[in-house]
Amino acid sequence: MANFLDLHAISKRFGGVHALRDVDMSLEAGEVHCLVGENGSGKSTLIKIIAGVQRPEPGGRIVIEGREYAHLDPVQSTARGIQVIYQDLSLFPNLTVAENIAVGRHLGGLHLVKWDAIHETAQAAMARIDVSLDPHAKVEDLSIASRQLVAICRAMAADARLVIMDEPTASLTRHEVDALLRLVADLKKKGICTLFVSHRLDEVLEVAERVTVLRDGAKVGDYSAREMDDKKLAMLMTGKAFAYETGDKDFSRGETILSVKNLTRPGHYADVSLDIHAGEIVGLTGLLGSGRTEFALSLFGMNPPVSGEIRLDGKRLALRTNRQAIDEGIAYVPEDRLTLGLVLEQPISANILITILDKLADGLGLISEATRRSVAQRGVDDLAIKAPNPDNPVKTLSGGNQQRVVLAKWMATKPRLLILDSPTVGVDIAAKDGIYEIVKNLAANGVAVLLISDEIPEVFYHADRVLIMRQGRLSGECRPHASSEAELRDAVNA
Amino acid sequence: MTLAADQRSFMPALRRFRRSHEFWLLVVVIVFCLGLGLATDSFLTLQNLFDLLTSNAFVGILAAGLLVVLVAGGIDISFTATASVAQYVALSLALSYGLGWFAIFAIAGAVGVVCGLINAIFITKLRISSIIVSIATLNIFYGLLIFFSGGKYITSLPKYFRDGVWWFEYDDAAGVPYALNLQILVLAIVFLCTWLLLNRTNVGRQIYAMGGNKDAAQRLGFQVFRLNCLVYGYLGLIAGVASLVQAQLAQSVTPTVLVGKELDVLAAVVLGGASLAGGVGTVLGTILGVALLAILQNGLVLVGVSSYWSQLFVGLIILVAVSITAWSERRRRQSKAIN
Amino acid sequence: MSADTRTARNVSLLTRIGRGGPVTVLSLVLLALLLIFGLLLGDQLFSVGALQSMAFQLPELGILSLAMMVALLSGGLNLSIIATANLCALTMAYVLTHHVPGAEGFMWGAWQVMAVLAGIAVATAIGLLNGAVIAYLGVSPILATLGTMTMCKGLSIGLTRGNVISGFPDPIVFLGNGVIGGVPVAMIIFLALCAPVAVLLNKSPFGHKIYMIGSNEKATRYSGVDTRRVTLKVYVLSSLLAVAAALVMMARFNSANASYGESYLLVTILAAVLGGVDPFGGFGKVGGLMMALILLQVISSAFNLLNFSPFLTVAIWGALIIGVTALAVLREGLGGLRR
Repeated sequence: MANFLDLHAISKRFGGVHALRDVDMSLEAGEVHCLVGENGSGKSTLIKIIAGVQRPEPGGRIVIEGREYAHLDPVQSTARGIQVIYQDLSLFPNLTVAENIAVGRHLGGLHLVKWDAIHETAQAAMARIDVSLDPHAKVEDLSIASRQLVAICRAMAADARLVIMDEPTASLTRHEVDALLRLVADLKKKGICTLFVSHRLDEVLEVAERVTVLRDGAKVGDYSAREMDDKKLAMLMTGKAFAYETGDKDFSRGETILSVKNLTRPGHYADVSLDIHAGEIVGLTGLLGSGRTEFALSLFGMNPPVSGEIRLDGKRLALRTNRQAIDEGIAYVPEDRLTLGLVLEQPISANILITILDKLADGLGLISEATRRSVAQRGVDDLAIKAPNPDNPVKTLSGGNQQRVVLAKWMATKPRLLILDSPTVGVDIAAKDGIYEIVKNLAANGVAVLLISDEIPEVFYHADRVLIMRQGRLSGECRPHASSEAELRDAVNA
Repeated sequence: MTLAADQRSFMPALRRFRRSHEFWLLVVVIVFCLGLGLATDSFLTLQNLFDLLTSNAFVGILAAGLLVVLVAGGIDISFTATASVAQYVALSLALSYGLGWFAIFAIAGAVGVVCGLINAIFITKLRISSIIVSIATLNIFYGLLIFFSGGKYITSLPKYFRDGVWWFEYDDAAGVPYALNLQILVLAIVFLCTWLLLNRTNVGRQIYAMGGNKDAAQRLGFQVFRLNCLVYGYLGLIAGVASLVQAQLAQSVTPTVLVGKELDVLAAVVLGGASLAGGVGTVLGTILGVALLAILQNGLVLVGVSSYWSQLFVGLIILVAVSITAWSERRRRQSKAIN
Repeated sequence: MSADTRTARNVSLLTRIGRGGPVTVLSLVLLALLLIFGLLLGDQLFSVGALQSMAFQLPELGILSLAMMVALLSGGLNLSIIATANLCALTMAYVLTHHVPGAEGFMWGAWQVMAVLAGIAVATAIGLLNGAVIAYLGVSPILATLGTMTMCKGLSIGLTRGNVISGFPDPIVFLGNGVIGGVPVAMIIFLALCAPVAVLLNKSPFGHKIYMIGSNEKATRYSGVDTRRVTLKVYVLSSLLAVAAALVMMARFNSANASYGESYLLVTILAAVLGGVDPFGGFGKVGGLMMALILLQVISSAFNLLNFSPFLTVAIWGALIIGVTALAVLREGLGGLRR
């Protein structure tokens, strides 16, 4: 089959840093291709070059269906049928479905709105991929999955020949991911290329034909998707082999730290009972929307349960605020590090201190400079945060170091129970390793850990016990050393 | 409001309207009107409604212009200074050179557009937040105006301007004459133009889009700078036009009388459902917001409450309205999160 | 990708200055202005009389700017500070003119204290209202305080029918017009407020929380901070600073009125932003604000000595804020290249 797109010797420099170095890549017409790599490997730069948002260094060539370009601009890229669906979807929440789909076609220029044309375009685009949404509905009233469909329809309306999807599955439920993948298969039949940019590979590998791996701005290679799996990919992406052992210690006779009985909050979760012992890491997995985060927030005092009980060290807790939870020794690392976990603009030191500000005050109710510095420095040292100065803003750190700051601020509270909600999202594989190490050390010091994640390998290799949640209820338990990753995956997706 | 042309979409559109901010505002306005109509003899008279429209035209016209800026996701409070400058320049020139209707509107409009473009340039090119820019330009325009004009009034306006417009005269039974005056005429035209701009042109939909998601607008290749020039320029134009309407009603130009009213206009637009976050707001809502405040103040006087108290009630209404809006928005979001 | 590592090609004086933060920038601007004005005015500018008159004028705007600043730091805004100050001033004025017996004695003094306490009580109530509506109902600060502003002013107008209450006991008047050791009492009050506010912001847990909330309210809440309570306290603090401004203002004029000092409202935002306060919250120091106030006061006094219209001063203030902010943006741009 002829290639739709060929990239030859694409390089991109930002100042002295090579974001991309002599990357070649080709996409066959109608192919489903996967582009993988760690943060900073150059994936997003490559996408931007294809979309015409950034120019490659001279010397590279971009060939689209036989026509050669030294670089593209956004208009050319769109005209040749390249459409990027960004992770945030770039929709207009206050406009209708029809307007969002037809925006590229009918909203340019200065003339009267052609509502008929807009609706025709929208209907045609929806018909092409066989979806039906109310064209008059406002996008803000749609579910995430429907919004994604709108974004894909917009690409269709622009006569896409190549659809680039940036992390498309990140916020979808398994069911919705399946629907998306079926849709991609449909696109393929129509001769439309799909390029996935993803870090959650297991799903995408089901439909992709080829995988291109980038590392540090250079291409590692092209591989057939059929011969790939998570572990091989991780190897290729990082250049290192990561081997984890499953835990096989039995903690059930140890001291019980957290004991939850029949905890219920209608609409969120129901009848959840579990125990976590000192030193134990309990995994909690389940699909998005299974109620895991809501349950965690209840333990953290931010989503009061309606019935049931929570005991910590045998003491029954009636948590109304997260401050009470923190004072009792519960810490919670939220899933969304960038908006809930950290105050990115503010200094590292301020972020570390925030959980214990009131405790640091002296007799006058003030925090002395010496206290502030020493507590912040201790946090930086204990968690080996690589920062030239603790008073630099958190946003100057890498993802892995940012997550260490989150852990540092919770360590400052000396927790008995640490709840981690998807702690390694957006963190490089190598940096993940460091975070697992920290968590295991904490557990070894007697902290009870609840590790929530939808990445199966994460809970399988790093938890001593894994609980599965489905539709708000615990539906099963798995002991990794007595089971296999595939078994756990089947249990979750069942 | 994107009312589609085909009949099938009429019922869902009606249902959507029932849930909208504008619907509830309309209910409140109607209740107010009925209440005042029953409580007083004078509210629902042609005389009163005519006066109400005439005296609130200035705020109404400005509200329409400000709506466009808010929908685009910006804010501008320099428009009262712009209006003062436009009024002074246009009518001074009219007196010096004996200019006519068309010329003074053209001059006032042009002065307004220039002031608006200055805002747009500072906001887009220097990336300073729009509220800071417009506070600064408010002071700059106003300061320079008073400096150069010495704060002097202009009272001897051209004859044709003092007479204004008096079309389609109609005398009621008591012999009181009514007609389409300059205030009502311009008010109607401005609302119509704003509605056409926002709902019937592509640029209008782009303005909504930009207000809804600025990053996406940039990615899709919208010309953000041009759109900003358009919205701030449009508000400037409207301010220029409004300034003449106000001068005609006041029969004089007083450079110091307009500045200070900017927050009243903002309150009316916000009451009409426009969001400071951008992307939300309709012409109908703005009309109702202006109407609500106008009727409230008028009604209080008619039922015998001293006009000294009217501002207290305006404040209360604003506070209650924004609280209810925020509260219902929060509840809506919570219920959505559970589903 | 922010990995721009272009080497320092062009480290101009500007960027080098820029690294020092707002205080350094403003000091240099101030130095330049002093040089220019010094050349134009000679010793006139630095005479004891000129300095003292500056020290008399600065505190009003200064205290009000402090009140605006705490709200801005928390990511909000308080448009009701002037209206609060006036309502409090009227409350105090009412007590002072109606209840203070005789011209000396214990009750004479006690009633004056009572008057101030009454003002503080009113301010607290307004602060609680603002804070509750913003923190617990989730209304955007600009709208909530716009509502309370209109309401407070309405209450002031309604109660006084727009009239002035004047004639206070000597100790009160002394606060605005007295001098201790050559330094105006008002200035001493201002400095006495700056110090604790600075300590509160930089050293207390409350202050740390304000900055964190200003940058990211949600993340701060997830870290165990009761952000609603902190926000409530911020608006109470802002109100309390407004009542201090009220005291200085009424003392200086020996009278109180519903609409004194309204032109200060937007200028306080300018002063705060000029002093390095981020209009979106999270950053800013009292030191920077004081620097900005001195700068504004020097311009105003020099223009006064040069017999320029005070309105030109206002225009220059506006231009200054755009200039300095543009400088900061430019600096960031160059800084981006440098990094």
